[in-house]
Amino acid sequence: MTDTALTQRTTVKATFTVERTYAASPARVFNAFADEQAKAKWFAGPPGFEQHEKKWDFRVDGVEVLGGRHASGVVTFFYGTYHDIVPNERIVYAYRMTFNGVPMSSSLTTIEIRPEGQGSHLTLTEYGVYFDGHADGGAAREHGTNWLMDQLGASLAD
Amino acid sequence: MSAPNLDMMFQALADPSRRAMVERLSRGPASVSQLAEPLAMSLPAVVQHLQVLEASGLVATQKIGRVRSCSLHAPAMCIAEQWINDRRTEWQRRLDRLGDYLDATNDDLEPETNR
Repeated sequence: MTDTALTQRTTVKATFTVERTYAASPARVFNAFADEQAKAKWFAGPPGFEQHEKKWDFRVDGVEVLGGRHASGVVTFFYGTYHDIVPNERIVYAYRMTFNGVPMSSSLTTIEIRPEGQGSHLTLTEYGVYFDGHADGGAAREHGTNWLMDQLGASLAD
Repeated sequence: MSAPNLDMMFQALADPSRRAMVERLSRGPASVSQLAEPLAMSLPAVVQHLQVLEASGLVATQKIGRVRSCSLHAPAMCIAEQWINDRRTEWQRRLDRLGDYLDATNDDLEPETNR
């Protein structure tokens, strides 16, 4: 692609939080992140994801890698390092992602688990820097267009 | 090529004719006359709208021979925004799956609730 604007260097910094309440003890929620088999049960790639590489090392400074090809043909890799682990309470890791080998983002993820009633409350917060925004070419462009249309729809709804 | 500028993009998209042109271009590149075809307006009017879209960075045009070809151009900023939304959506999906997993494995691994 020889599109000049698409090769512009940009960084977008953003944060988002997702919260959930589970009918399970903090120990069970923590285990779902800490145990390789347990995590594989729910932390799968999207449908049609073909796994190429996996590394698992759940400890501070341990490295986790998950790479493979998506149904769309795009190859993504996740490279993460655990920064802080407090059993049943907190997991902090930094990770970067590549799209077809091109750096796409660097992020810091904090997962906090606290008891709530008979169950647990989970808060996941990500801080990220997103690079250039062109790494997956046509697909991203199409998504960008859809996003724009959605934003437009939302702005017109006022 | 214009730098990504959301204000200018939304301003450009505030007009229904320009929105119709963007929607047409989201299906693929088109010539100016192809863009004008479904719209009840003169070619010069279409060209004027096109200039607004081009200035906003949403649309790029290129003269190929005697025909000016127009294509949609979703800027890098928007793509990054979409990427962030995708990450959030992915986590929402994953954490829902985690809930299903925790429900499904309710019998094991819960020593404190065992009698």
